[in-house]
Amino acid sequence: MATMTYLQAISDGLREELRADERVFLMGEDIGAFGGAFKVTDGFIEEFGADRVMDTPLAESGIIGTAIGAAVEGLRPVCEMQFADFVACGFDQLVNVAAKMYYRQGLAVPLVVRLPSGGGFSGGPFHSQNPEAWFMHAPGLKVLAPSTAEDAKGLISAAIKDPNPVIFLEHKHLYRRVKGDVPEGRYETPMTARVARPGSDLVVIAYGAMVHTALEATADIDGAEIEVLDLRSLVPLDEAAILDSVRRCSKVVIVDEANATCAAGAQVAALIAERGFEDLDGPVVRVATPDVPIPFSPPLEQAVLPSVDRVKEACRELLAY
Amino acid sequence: MATNAAPATTPAEDVTAPEHLTRDDRVALLRYMLLMRGIEERAMTLYRQGKVPGSFYDGHGQEAVSAGAAFAMGPRDRLCVLHRDLAAHLIRGVDPARIFAQYMGRADGLTRGRDGNVHFGDRTLGCVGMVSMLPDMMIVATGLAMAFKLRGEARCALTWFGDGSTSRGDFHEAMNWAGVQTLPVIFVLENNQYAYSTPTGRQFAVDPVQRAEAYGFPGVSVDGNDAEAMFEATRAARERALAGHGPTLIEAVTMRMHGHAAHDDMKYVPTEQVEEWRRRDPIDRQVRRLTALGADVDALRAEVKATIDAAVEVALASPMPDPASATSDVFCSGEPEPLGDGQAPWSGFAAARGDAAEVAG
Repeated sequence: MATMTYLQAISDGLREELRADERVFLMGEDIGAFGGAFKVTDGFIEEFGADRVMDTPLAESGIIGTAIGAAVEGLRPVCEMQFADFVACGFDQLVNVAAKMYYRQGLAVPLVVRLPSGGGFSGGPFHSQNPEAWFMHAPGLKVLAPSTAEDAKGLISAAIKDPNPVIFLEHKHLYRRVKGDVPEGRYETPMTARVARPGSDLVVIAYGAMVHTALEATADIDGAEIEVLDLRSLVPLDEAAILDSVRRCSKVVIVDEANATCAAGAQVAALIAERGFEDLDGPVVRVATPDVPIPFSPPLEQAVLPSVDRVKEACRELLAY
Repeated sequence: MATNAAPATTPAEDVTAPEHLTRDDRVALLRYMLLMRGIEERAMTLYRQGKVPGSFYDGHGQEAVSAGAAFAMGPRDRLCVLHRDLAAHLIRGVDPARIFAQYMGRADGLTRGRDGNVHFGDRTLGCVGMVSMLPDMMIVATGLAMAFKLRGEARCALTWFGDGSTSRGDFHEAMNWAGVQTLPVIFVLENNQYAYSTPTGRQFAVDPVQRAEAYGFPGVSVDGNDAEAMFEATRAARERALAGHGPTLIEAVTMRMHGHAAHDDMKYVPTEQVEEWRRRDPIDRQVRRLTALGADVDALRAEVKATIDAAVEVALASPMPDPASATSDVFCSGEPEPLGDGQAPWSGFAAARGDAAEVAG
């Protein structure tokens, strides 16, 4: 075990896979000599060379599309979008080419696209988005969103070994803020949910950075036993774990940092309405970013992103229901 | 450059033996074109009989583009085939019965009813099927070539795309990427004068073959209705790619002789333009060459027809897919099955193998 930041854990996972499997290589803008905009691949080019830590042209469709070609030819490309927001420029290749390839022609596309996502630090409308729902709606893509250092390493390894295209959301605000014990060597974190804190009076369901917001908000609400369920994987979605938490807690708050409409949390709410209704002892409550672009100025941004106070307030109200 | 004008050829030039093609190769090129046309004509009949769901797209008049280019590709090369390039699938070894089953949405079609028309690629034969967004596969082919280069393999990828595709950003991204990384990829621009109803004059101000130079590699314009010219241009481009000199853009100047799809009456195309191109039919041209060489073209036509008749019968006997299978196999589980190698009937490959065997022996 070593204590690492969330960012160091992702780097460690990538390094382990590069060392263990010669088919693995990284592609992205400024990831080589510069080490990436967030330094996830700092020093990699010295160890693995410019072919395996490939600086690409500024072309997101090109990055994802050439990675698809390399993947079907037997390599294991891991693409970095400099910011999650830029994946919009490669959307077509992901959704129309990669996602449907196996269903249509039995040709697997073992590809990982890393998306540094999320807001909270004045990134503005084009450096703060959480685009996971775009991809949840495209059958054929897996969507992962770890919240801890240990899971970030284990899930990047699992994503690289997976035979399908995987969207890997790494929250920028967690990069250096979150630290934890990380096992040494290669290991895989399962693509299932994790109980971050057990409880019985209410469950907060969240993923990514919002897991930490949820834990902080519910650390002490008048002594209530509040569970926090960390989804970790949005596709596949661990329906059994969600329904199990609902059964035990009967009250549910779902937190998304993404815009509310059709968000991952909306899918969780729909699941609970369809299959957990009998276990509920109150309305399903959602806390999410309203349907606005993420504004730049700190007071504006803080006004829209789910805060510890908003989550706490939502829990208090539901507990009193 | 006037893209409407096909290069003039005299009968004398037509009969001259090409340097890299044997008489059997030239017959094979005709056979693949006849097979493509025959399959598509029969499929259109099946469409009118209500046996082919959706719409139907064909490559009538463009047979030389895919036949000539695919004929120059080696077994371990990889192809991303466009919807008017059926001959490429035939050359790689796809069974015509499975093609008919594919058109009819049957369980034995190449996509098991999951996709229609020529939206398929037999991965076991080294082909990656197209998507409707063009030219997405230019980038995928560039990625295949990138894999070859990363592994130090002397192999080549080829993809076709239309004149309309040159307006999209993916054309630029692929051309630029392939140029920057000097990749072994061949881009075949199938200039058939119309993107659906939009003529090339509304698509680009400068013939896109001229753009190749701006990306750092050659662009050549070829008579796309001459299978042997297409073969030779592709053979040379492949040789260049395998030698490590990077990509080539080949513009195949041709004409879409049918509508965009079965529902399109093509009323936006001047009759004279169609008539002019009908005189340049790629199959007629190859027939003239081979007749002059004494080949029995009638016997060839009869064999092709019998092949198609038999294939249709097999396809009609294929069951429709089980509705319960519609939601399966969205994700792969287990180890992915990689692309396999395809047929490569050009005699040049056999000759090269023979040489290698002699050297080894």
